[in-house]
Amino acid sequence: MQLIIFYVFAAVLLFAGAMVVSSRNPVHAAMFLVLAFFNGAALWLLAEAEFLGVALVLVYVGAVMVLFLFVVMMLDINVSSMRQGFARYLPIGIAVAAVMVLEMILVLGSDQINVVAATAGGETAVGSNIRAIGSVLYTVYLYPFELAAMILLLAIIAAILLTHRRRGGTKHQDPTAQAKVRAEDRVRLVQMQAVQRRQPSNNEAGAKE
Amino acid sequence: MIELSHYLVLGALLFSIGVAGIFMNRKNAIVLLMSIELILLSVNINFIGFSHFLGDLAGQVFVFFVLTVAAAEAAIGLAILVVVFRNRSTINVGDLDSMKG
Repeated sequence: MQLIIFYVFAAVLLFAGAMVVSSRNPVHAAMFLVLAFFNGAALWLLAEAEFLGVALVLVYVGAVMVLFLFVVMMLDINVSSMRQGFARYLPIGIAVAAVMVLEMILVLGSDQINVVAATAGGETAVGSNIRAIGSVLYTVYLYPFELAAMILLLAIIAAILLTHRRRGGTKHQDPTAQAKVRAEDRVRLVQMQAVQRRQPSNNEAGAKE
Repeated sequence: MIELSHYLVLGALLFSIGVAGIFMNRKNAIVLLMSIELILLSVNINFIGFSHFLGDLAGQVFVFFVLTVAAAEAAIGLAILVVVFRNRSTINVGDLDSMKG
């Protein structure tokens, strides 16, 4: 039963992957990539990696693919010119892929690799998968974990810095200038002589008019 | 019963689909990025398979880090694409030849 489920998900995954690289419209390619990620997450759930399966759906389908779709739809892409080299490079692409598949399957065939014995009763059988990952992630891999956080921060800063555009003519506050201002710049005290001037009377004002 | 070689062969197939996609869509930078995502997914499938069948959590932790780096890479790559499109109004890789590479 598990094998049938595996084959179904694997077949849909491979189909979606093939459609990603061969579909004409980049939006369709992004949608098929979403399908591929869903099936990949299902396969990971099948391999008892529940946390990563859920994380794949959340992070990839929820964030990265939305970003992809956003960029694909924001950029006005001329699809026809993009497809120019497709037919020319199709044979070499398929040839390289076929050679790689053949080599890898020859190496990875079930004759050479026999680790099936280790499958029953692993570390994952003790508690939940999330508890197991957490107990490792925050102890043994604490330093790489913090490094991953730094990489994400770097990505945030880099993406904002790359796409941020300063436009001329916009009205905005300059906090630096606001903080640097001194009282002398704002208020000018003028020394004036206190001279009592005679008030013009009402008769004179009416006569002038 | 699922064996390790199932996962490994699936990873190999998906990896080669991604590589073939890089060969075929060499004009379209966005599909190039998507092919890279496919390749990373196949690598992660291999990691998960090994982690499951060897009973070792290190593989899953590594997948976690690969996901992190891949998300950062996608964000920066797409930002670069947006900037390139803004300046050159194309993302055709063949047109980006100002360095004559």
